[in-house]
Amino acid sequence: MRVLVCIKQIGVLDDEIVFAEGEREVEPDCLEPSLNEWDSYAIETALRIRDENGGEVVAATAGSAEAEEVLRRALAMGADRAIRIEGCTPDPYLVGKALGTLTRSLSPDLILCGAQSSDAAHGATGAVVAGLLDLPCAAVVNAVSVDEVRGDVEVVRELEGGMRDRLRMPLPAVLTVQTGINQPRYANLRAIKLAERQPIEVVQLEDGGEPAYRIRKMFLPPAEGRAQPLGGDLREAAELVAKLIQERAS
Amino acid sequence: MNVCVIAEHRSGVLHPATLELITAGCDLGSVIVGVAAPVPDGVLEALGVAGVTEIVCVEGSGEELDPDDYRAMVAELVRERRPAVTLVASTPHSFAYAAAAAAAAGLGFASDVQALRLEGELVVATRSFYGGKVDAELEFPNRGGVLLVLRRAVWTPAPATEGRVPRASLAAGRQSRIERVAFEPTVHDGVDITKADVIVAIGRGIGDRENLDLFEALASKVGATLAVSRPLVDAGWVSADRQVGQSGKTVKPSVYLAFGISGASQHLAGMRASGTVIAVNTDPNAAIFGAADFGGVFDAVTFAQELDKLFTP
Repeated sequence: MRVLVCIKQIGVLDDEIVFAEGEREVEPDCLEPSLNEWDSYAIETALRIRDENGGEVVAATAGSAEAEEVLRRALAMGADRAIRIEGCTPDPYLVGKALGTLTRSLSPDLILCGAQSSDAAHGATGAVVAGLLDLPCAAVVNAVSVDEVRGDVEVVRELEGGMRDRLRMPLPAVLTVQTGINQPRYANLRAIKLAERQPIEVVQLEDGGEPAYRIRKMFLPPAEGRAQPLGGDLREAAELVAKLIQERAS
Repeated sequence: MNVCVIAEHRSGVLHPATLELITAGCDLGSVIVGVAAPVPDGVLEALGVAGVTEIVCVEGSGEELDPDDYRAMVAELVRERRPAVTLVASTPHSFAYAAAAAAAAGLGFASDVQALRLEGELVVATRSFYGGKVDAELEFPNRGGVLLVLRRAVWTPAPATEGRVPRASLAAGRQSRIERVAFEPTVHDGVDITKADVIVAIGRGIGDRENLDLFEALASKVGATLAVSRPLVDAGWVSADRQVGQSGKTVKPSVYLAFGISGASQHLAGMRASGTVIAVNTDPNAAIFGAADFGGVFDAVTFAQELDKLFTP
């Protein structure tokens, strides 16, 4: 059983937002790198499937050398292999295409992604891989059960308002994983140290093709939509809130 | 400009987001609606709205809400009707097929689109990044068509119309590989937050689990119901009964107090209809402030303690 888990190093935006020249992106210095929260759940899901069924977990990311930090985290959690795809523009189509090419060469039984990233939040990359490779896809999944003998996977996915949907599909399949599906394991210090020394395979995949979109400009959301300030002093602000509650409740 | 709206339906009910897509589509051009067959009568009726020039019923596996069927439906509609713009609603279901269909068909793509306009024949879409802290205008050069997933509750639902909308049928031409085992409603025995008139909602910004007590006490004193955003349910601190958001409950209290909630899209989807929204968050750029009527940059716990003093036990 080979599980490919696709992960991303996202950027958390500082309080101080500065746009780079051309105003189509933020200054990289404003961003604090971090493993995408959804992806830690995807890694844990992959590890549990491997622990139950045997096989290997391959963690992959499309990013610069700095992004290797998220692969080290996956290795420390217990992934067997780590692959970094170099030179890929962050865009759901371009990353999806590169992951698709990687999928063809690895032939995994299952491809897992987080349901979305916290920085771009397209919620698309996993589905793009599925679309380009014509694989079945279930998204926003909160339970996964693989049947290796039957060659299929049963999942539960979220719909709205607490409704869940139990589906079954043949492998290979793409699943995008929702937060809360499990409790991602901590890597102990020893595992982290060992992960530091594990090799990371770096591949350059053909970055041909059009991105899903192009950014014309990036800007701060308009001020008019925003909330009226409560007032700078904590006490006054609390008093105003108390008044609002009393006035506006039915 | 030709626009194709992808309808979604379950258990004989049209998803209300479909009517929002029709409004957005009518702003751009002439709208047809694609709907997965078999189409329940109630759904066909609900699609009789102003601006729809044709309802195209697309035959698939016969199973409803099937991701493979919807992916094939988009492919077929794009191939047969060549719309300049295809509009899909932002629902948990559409995450499974929208980008897949768009990529396979070579369309431009963007999701969580909050505004749309035309420059001549070119589509310009606005969406946000970094948790709603920045907005961006997107374009789709060198594309014959574009598929856009629109944010909920931005466009108003299209009103019903008199007269019958013409219908057509298409076959999707491929089998679904997906089998439905069962729909499973989650049943919780707890509180019904959708009935509350005042809600105290808490998110990750409340810090440690011990701080829950403070907010429970505050809610009680103030005559409010306690609700939460998703992370507190994922962490196992609070039952999913109390979750406000797309995968939780939709609430419309007179007063919604959001403490330590960042304002992620899926959360906002659950509380947009609230009367007065008051937000407290340490991050001045938090997206919640864009959805609130009043806001203060304060620590949630400190503020709650201060507010607590003002209400008699």
